[in-house]
Amino acid sequence: MSKPQTLFEKIWDAHVVRHEEGQPALLYVDLHLVHEVTSPQAFEGLRLTNRRVRRPDLTLATMDHNVPTTDRSLPIVDAISAKQMQTLSDNCREFGVTVFDLKDPRQGIVHIIGPELGLTQPGMTIVCGDSHTSTHGAFGALAFGIGTSEVEHVLATQTLPQSKPKTMEVRIEGTGKLPAGVTSKDIILAVIGKIGTAGATGYVVEYTGAPIRALSMEARMTICNMSIEAGARAGLIAPDETTFNYLKGRPHAPQGEAWEEALNYWQTLRTDEGATYDTTVVLNADDLAPQVSWGTNPGQVLPITARVPSPDDFSDPTEQKTTSRALEYMGLEAGTPLEGLKLDRVFIGSCTNGRIEDLRLAAHLSEGKKVSPTLHAMIVPGSGQVKRQAEAEGLDKVFKEAGFDWREAGCSMCLGMNPDILEPGERCASTSNRNFEGRQGKDGRTHLVSVPMAVAAAIEGRLVDVRRWDKENKGK
Amino acid sequence: MQPFTTLTGIAAPLDRANVDNIMQPFTTLTGIAAPLDRANVDTDQIIPKQFLKRIERTGFGQFLFYDWRFEADGITPRPDFELNHPALAGATILLAGRNFGSGSSREHAPWSLDDYGFRCIIAPSFADIFYNNCFQNGLLPIVLDEAVVKQLMQKAQASPGYQLTIDLPQQTISDADGFSITFEVDPFRKHRMLNGLDDIGMTLQHEGDITAFEQKRPAWSSRVTAGA
Repeated sequence: MSKPQTLFEKIWDAHVVRHEEGQPALLYVDLHLVHEVTSPQAFEGLRLTNRRVRRPDLTLATMDHNVPTTDRSLPIVDAISAKQMQTLSDNCREFGVTVFDLKDPRQGIVHIIGPELGLTQPGMTIVCGDSHTSTHGAFGALAFGIGTSEVEHVLATQTLPQSKPKTMEVRIEGTGKLPAGVTSKDIILAVIGKIGTAGATGYVVEYTGAPIRALSMEARMTICNMSIEAGARAGLIAPDETTFNYLKGRPHAPQGEAWEEALNYWQTLRTDEGATYDTTVVLNADDLAPQVSWGTNPGQVLPITARVPSPDDFSDPTEQKTTSRALEYMGLEAGTPLEGLKLDRVFIGSCTNGRIEDLRLAAHLSEGKKVSPTLHAMIVPGSGQVKRQAEAEGLDKVFKEAGFDWREAGCSMCLGMNPDILEPGERCASTSNRNFEGRQGKDGRTHLVSVPMAVAAAIEGRLVDVRRWDKENKGK
Repeated sequence: MQPFTTLTGIAAPLDRANVDNIMQPFTTLTGIAAPLDRANVDTDQIIPKQFLKRIERTGFGQFLFYDWRFEADGITPRPDFELNHPALAGATILLAGRNFGSGSSREHAPWSLDDYGFRCIIAPSFADIFYNNCFQNGLLPIVLDEAVVKQLMQKAQASPGYQLTIDLPQQTISDADGFSITFEVDPFRKHRMLNGLDDIGMTLQHEGDITAFEQKRPAWSSRVTAGA
């Protein structure tokens, strides 16, 4: 009988091209996603060394980081952004790589389009020059972000030398039904709050437990997406019926006999009984409250019912210093309740929470209500397809009637590379993934929240506990 | 071989010494150690997003730590920023707090550190992708015990311009006062750093193995271009 293996070990072993003792293993890459920001220097490297793209059929490019989210028929105002996008188009043409440009209906955030096209499948290795590649781990694929030199390496060889990471189980315990007003975003924020932004450095995390099993694919993607925020190399969720049902019939999913063959393999992709992880972290979801970040990294997060912490709450001098810096940047006084903080902006979107299910939830909660006149609230669909689907379902009408700014697809204010940025000092509730200093705009202040928390905040003009808010607003 | 007589063509600028040894090899280094006593310095701080739009690999040093380094005008150095101390001009070693380089995978972060003049970063821990990216660019990240980093940081703060010597072959860090300590580095990465070897060239020596692996992949494997 073979040794019991974790899901990670199974995927890893299935992709080792060669491994010499004392060297990293050479890992085969099944899918390479490319975008405009981290690829130009990689293509240039290929040109300089007279190398080609080994497998254009396993490479897909799109534009997302830089793209305007306003009317696509207008010219792009930012000339440098326009040049970077044009460079991607030119490079893809030269090297035979498929690219979804701004005119393509399939354009969107790279981590939204892979899954929606059915390109992301269980058991694969997926890389992209983007740290949120961990998103694809929700399908039981080993997916991780790489740098531009590694992008060039994968373009040229379809492989990557990799040292084997350790394994961490993040076991979410509970009945499987999340408390009202609590989402998978709150689970992952709470996990990061518990273990810190370097808590999973050097590990591939596998999320297990009944509450994870009960989540939709979209909610699972939100969890795996933010694995990097805990420092993890990748996040994984074993595929199951939810995964297979999501994939079936998607444009790039296998069909007919091939589907059956693939399914037989995919069903083996789970951690065997008796297999061990290098470490395990446990979190109970049954008593979880909606989470809000208060500081300048995603580990600085607390339940909405909490107060802004004081540097004195920490014993570690480094933590004390980090906390006092964060409070100063965020313009917060220790002891202030998080609930009630006044906001200037709300952003709903990103590869963390810009999928159709997120928008349905947002529409459900904002139907018949009005965005507070004291702030500006933006909804940016994660892809062109998400946008069209939302419009087909009439969600855009709900948003517009409520006073939300309904935009074109892209990364938008998650990182503010395009014109969607915070002004200095503005406070924003955001469904994105990073609250670093300046992330959404120089001196902008970001509070990471779930979609329901962002909607309630937009309508009230301040951070509120969505659990109570939703109850009070029932029937209004 | 194709005979060569005359040629008219586009001249491509190649700002690398030669393509098989793409990186500058790293052996020993003596230089000023600049203290940056902050934890969780993320890549958004190392190089803010507005500077990621360039399509070149060079010239990013001017944007390093931009929001911390300059006043709102983007030109005037902020006197309160550690690295702006006049005695730290020309520093080649950066001393930093734990979890350095967290966040985004942008290789622009090591490019900007390298272009600014740093060749080595010493910290209690690094974020994973950033750590890999450093080795790709001949920038040596060294992990030392937090107490030791603190000790070096204090020396560097007490006497700005304090110098360290990094010896990669011997894996030691030392100073003129007799301080000396060894550090760990993966032997394979060390070999690459010492020789400035190009990863891609090394992998392509095993092209036969890659082709053999490809022939065993299942026919139903996901493809961007169906039927290609």
